[in-house]
Amino acid sequence: MEATIPVLILAIPLFMFLLLGLLGKFMSHKMAGILGTAGMGITLVLAYYTAYLYFFSGAPEFVDAAGNRLQFLVFNQDWLQFYDKLVIRIGFLLDPISAMMLVVITTISFMVHLYSNGYMRDHHGVYEHGFQRFYAFLALFSFSMLGLVVATNIFQMYIFWELVGASSYLLIGFYYVKPSAVSASKKAFIVTRFADLGFLIGILILSFYTGTFNFTELTSAGVGENTFAVSLSTAENIKNIFATSAAPVFMGGSVLTWALVLIFMGGMGKSAMLPLHIWLPDAMEGPTPVSALIHAATMVVAGVYLVTRLFPLYLMEGVSLTIITVVGAVTAFYAAMVACAQIDIKRVLAFSTISQIAFMMVSLGVARPEFHEGLGYMASMFHLFTHAMFKALLFLGAGAIIHAVGSNDYTAMHGLRKHMPVTHITFLIGCLAIAGIIPFSGFFSKDEILSACLGHNWVAYVWMSLVAGLTAFYMFRLYFLIFWWKEHKVPQGHHQPHDQPWTMTVPLIILAAISCVAGFIPFGNLVSWDGVPYDFMAHFDWSVAAVSLVVAILGILIAWRMYCKENALPEKMRKALPNLWTWCFHRFYWDELYMFITHKIIFDRVCRPIAWFDRHVIDGTMNGLAYVTNKASFAIRGLQSGKIQSYVWIYLVGALLLGIITALCVM
Amino acid sequence: MDITIIYYLIPSLIMFCCGVYGFITRRNMIAMLISLELMLNAVDINFVVFNRYLYPENMEGMFFTLFAIAIAAAETALAIAIIINVFRSVKNISASDLSQMKH
Repeated sequence: MEATIPVLILAIPLFMFLLLGLLGKFMSHKMAGILGTAGMGITLVLAYYTAYLYFFSGAPEFVDAAGNRLQFLVFNQDWLQFYDKLVIRIGFLLDPISAMMLVVITTISFMVHLYSNGYMRDHHGVYEHGFQRFYAFLALFSFSMLGLVVATNIFQMYIFWELVGASSYLLIGFYYVKPSAVSASKKAFIVTRFADLGFLIGILILSFYTGTFNFTELTSAGVGENTFAVSLSTAENIKNIFATSAAPVFMGGSVLTWALVLIFMGGMGKSAMLPLHIWLPDAMEGPTPVSALIHAATMVVAGVYLVTRLFPLYLMEGVSLTIITVVGAVTAFYAAMVACAQIDIKRVLAFSTISQIAFMMVSLGVARPEFHEGLGYMASMFHLFTHAMFKALLFLGAGAIIHAVGSNDYTAMHGLRKHMPVTHITFLIGCLAIAGIIPFSGFFSKDEILSACLGHNWVAYVWMSLVAGLTAFYMFRLYFLIFWWKEHKVPQGHHQPHDQPWTMTVPLIILAAISCVAGFIPFGNLVSWDGVPYDFMAHFDWSVAAVSLVVAILGILIAWRMYCKENALPEKMRKALPNLWTWCFHRFYWDELYMFITHKIIFDRVCRPIAWFDRHVIDGTMNGLAYVTNKASFAIRGLQSGKIQSYVWIYLVGALLLGIITALCVM
Repeated sequence: MDITIIYYLIPSLIMFCCGVYGFITRRNMIAMLISLELMLNAVDINFVVFNRYLYPENMEGMFFTLFAIAIAAAETALAIAIIINVFRSVKNISASDLSQMKH
């Protein structure tokens, strides 16, 4: 395969970022929007073409003779060479998951580019301030995310990992005059940066022992020129390198486990797993299309993607997979609980995102090659794909609603179904998909995850089924509260809410259509952990499917009973369980806990004494030096009178004194 | 009576001390300039005398004196120009009033 198209896939968004960022203010808003969207459209076509070639062309660099999918290095350029062994490369790795991610990212990104043309204006069609900047940042984000998924080595991934973090920061803080947006962007940046510290240490440990950054050398074996096949024996070799090193064990865990867990910590930060989830709900301060693109569909699944990239290594250390499972399971339940009590519809969606990403994490954590050929891995990627589509749909739908009523709270919505029919139907499809109702996409992917859980551990299965029921409940609570509950009351002086212009409804319709049919994609044929095609239906467990369907319908029915028509039941429930409701509403006080730790402990007990030491001891020494110099200078300034004759006097006296001293010495 | 080197050096020393005294005590810049010339001339005399008495076969002292005279003339012209400019700006040529030099 030629490198031209892959290079263009990365270069076009970067070029668009530079063009719109540098020359944006010289072009009209409309022009900037069209340019940005067109650029993304071209990238979309190229990415689809690349993925098509990869999956369906059957070229020898993509599939071997037995039909197994291979990893192919399209190019791998030396970028920064420290010495002959330590080289950082920038390249383009094509394999099942990166090809799949290319499709996901460009699809969602294109939809968001299109949608923003309508969203980033007010009701009179006036463009928002900084519209060009918005598109420039979107392009920067798309570039970084594409670079992340095609990374050939862990360091390239880290570079783009930070770039997506930076563009996320820029977009959350897009409304930089709003203090809440500024603090949310800082929070997102600092929390993820804290997690990335662990990631970096993990990278350094891993590459220190193995002597390589390349994924292909860590997890696969070469089968031809620039082609590789995922190989457990390579991972075993790496495990042996660690086991035979000078210090194989550190604090009770093997060093490889530590490296993998630290790398996973970076993923926890980006994917908002407990306890590093606190930035994601606040990140909803950014414009809604940004939430759809970055904080629902693409960037937040980078953590999942990272684990899948290094999956053969994780397989070597069961402990690290157990940690991933536990973190994911706890997070999924926590986020689902909190989502049941939120008022801001974007926050409900944010917590639902956290919960769904946790589903993917659990799925990876329970994946084992022994059980149905690593079903969990495939299920995780499948759920990533379907979730990206329906969650972007839900966010864009929420954006359309927020745009129409001008508020984030469902209390300002209620009964919108008659006013916004298109949004209503597409939002309903999104809710059905996430709740896991047959035949929408979420049903299939969630069912695979639950099957994988059942195969590993029945506790995980029961737990995740419960969370799936909760998911159905809170999504339909949201749906009924937005579109039903009672008749919509338009506040005085407001317009009647109505469906949005075509730039906003078309992405909704397309994403809804994808959510309807994506479940029927034979995903196992395309993506599996070792590249061996995988018969999806042969491993489909109908009993699991029936149970999860019943659980989901139960959740929906409860939501329907409580929220379809205005009634006193929700209020009664809240009265019956006041503590639970308060804890959920306040998100189990995680933010308060962080505030307490940072302010009361770190700031007061650690930083304040250090600041005192700096101000008094270090500054005091310096000030004392300056004071002495100053006083001494004042004392001798009288010598510099400016009167030439006094200078001569001093000179003469000095010369005479020197002469006398010399004479005395000579004698 | 032999005219020894000391007969020349004593007047030269007196001239030099007069110059120093004048340079320190006189406030008028023209007077200070005259004192300065006096010191220079005392030094010139020393050059000539030392050359004549110590190394009569060489002429370096003589040449040096000729140079010094020429340079002293140029320097005097420069000094007078400065003094005129000082006078134009402060309407005075008293050295005690020129303490702006310290700035």
